[in-house]
Amino acid sequence: MSTAVASPRENRAPGFWGSTNGRKAVMAVTGFILFLFVIGHLLGNLQVFDGPVRLNAYGRFLHNLGELLWIVRGILILCVVLHIWATFVLWRRNRDARPIGYQVKKSVASSYADRTMYWSGPIVLAFVIFHLLEFTSGTIHPESRFIPGDVYHNVVAGFSVWWVSAWYIFALILLGMHLRHGLWSMFQSLGLNHPRHTPVLKQAALWIAILITAGYISIPVSVLAGWVR
Amino acid sequence: MKLTLTIWRQKDPGAKGKFVRYPMDNVNPEMSMLECLDVLNESLAERGEEPVAFEHDCREGICGSCGFMISGVAHGPLPATTVCQLTMRHFKDGEELVLEPWRSRSFPFVKDLVVDRRAFDRIIQAGGYVSVSTGNAPDGNAIPVGKEEADRAMDAAACIGCGACVAACPNGSAALFTGAKIAHLGILPQGQPERDRRAVRMVAQMHAEGFGSCTNIGECTGVCPKEIPLEVIARMNHDYLYGAWRERRQVVTTIAPATDWEFGKK
Ligand code: HEM
Ligand code: SF4
Ligand code: FES
Repeated sequence: MSTAVASPRENRAPGFWGSTNGRKAVMAVTGFILFLFVIGHLLGNLQVFDGPVRLNAYGRFLHNLGELLWIVRGILILCVVLHIWATFVLWRRNRDARPIGYQVKKSVASSYADRTMYWSGPIVLAFVIFHLLEFTSGTIHPESRFIPGDVYHNVVAGFSVWWVSAWYIFALILLGMHLRHGLWSMFQSLGLNHPRHTPVLKQAALWIAILITAGYISIPVSVLAGWVR
Repeated sequence: MKLTLTIWRQKDPGAKGKFVRYPMDNVNPEMSMLECLDVLNESLAERGEEPVAFEHDCREGICGSCGFMISGVAHGPLPATTVCQLTMRHFKDGEELVLEPWRSRSFPFVKDLVVDRRAFDRIIQAGGYVSVSTGNAPDGNAIPVGKEEADRAMDAAACIGCGACVAACPNGSAALFTGAKIAHLGILPQGQPERDRRAVRMVAQMHAEGFGSCTNIGECTGVCPKEIPLEVIARMNHDYLYGAWRERRQVVTTIAPATDWEFGKK
């Protein structure tokens, strides 16, 4: 197969936003910004262990940011939209790239977390929507009353319901898996790979993902165990 | 040794294909996978049946012609080995092997275990030329190249274009192949003048061919007979992102993937 057939027809090439590589760069940058949010949000949430006064003061502080809060929210929403847009267009392309599947197919080099990015992502999305309805707007607040402003009460009451906690823990494990792959993959997507640093980065991604997941999960676990009341 | 080969048989792209089981009683463990198919084909020919079509040329692991899936792994279970170099002693006596062609929209089916990999040729073609002076052969040391650069370029240049990376990728992405081609020239001083343009054009062609997008999971490197590292994909992304910006005023065109079989004419 050494002869290349060049047809006389030429088509315009995809630009940055149209190419798979450009879209992956979009995914990496937006994923990184969302990662920064995940870290910040965790640090804020952990104040639940300092008691109601601290946590509610933190909640008030965020709400008093006014315009700034909406700027941050705007950036995050934009990132989510772009991240999901890239997910969708690439997913469709990848599905079409192999119309006939294999009878037998084995994975030889990738981990479970690597291969399930297109599952962990959308489930995290479903979780984020549920989470906003529960703790931000208070639309869904099973088995208790949502008190605007009393963040501490809402957290404790929310997580006292076992299935709310279970769903939260499940979604955060998936987020951890998403980050375990994503945190090093984003460097690769942006063209940064180094024979010595990348293995270290992969290891770091695993530990950061574990720490983040453990940090978030500590809250519902503490509520269920009765340590935070 | 005894083996059972379950092989995908399909006369032509229009025909309906199916798996056919071929029990083999007398497999010499020192034969290669392709020689094993040769033996099978001889017995098929004796019985008046159609031999199994597969691609091959050098049979020493350097040309990139051969390749198919063996029980779900491109080029079979031995790492860094093409099917022509894979000897049968690596299988267990009595094992059942499933042989399938590469499956990708961008590799149109031809026959049995043969697919059309000319998409790769068009990606290389899209890369264009490299500026070199013509005339007498240049002095060997005229352009100094560091040892580390030379090694990395050589590692990337080892790609034989077999297509296993695409076959193994759950997304059907050609990122490892294209990355290897972009990296092997992009690392060397001789490749610098056209570096941006080459990356942009090869990526554009890769896209036009319909390959999927890379998710950096590394299945490709895992099956690559030349162990091309994932690093070349980062290299491609790097050169593409810079190139796409610096060449933003250029109109890039791609060669339309015109595959004769696809259009029903031979
Ligand atoms: C807090 C939320 C999220 C964070 C911090 C996050 C972070 C990341 C990061 C850092 C990457 C790596 C980018 C790359 O490989 O270039 C990534 C990839 C990905 N994300 Fe997210 N993500 C989040 C939410 C989502 C959601 C809601 C979806 C889907 C609806 C999603 C779908 C994906 C997919 C499919 C990939 C795979 C990219 C690939 O490997 O090709 N993510 N994410
Ligand atoms: S990168 Fe490896 S698997 Fe892919 S075509 Fe080149 S040699 Fe084959
Ligand atoms: S026949 Fe040349 S690499 Fe296998």
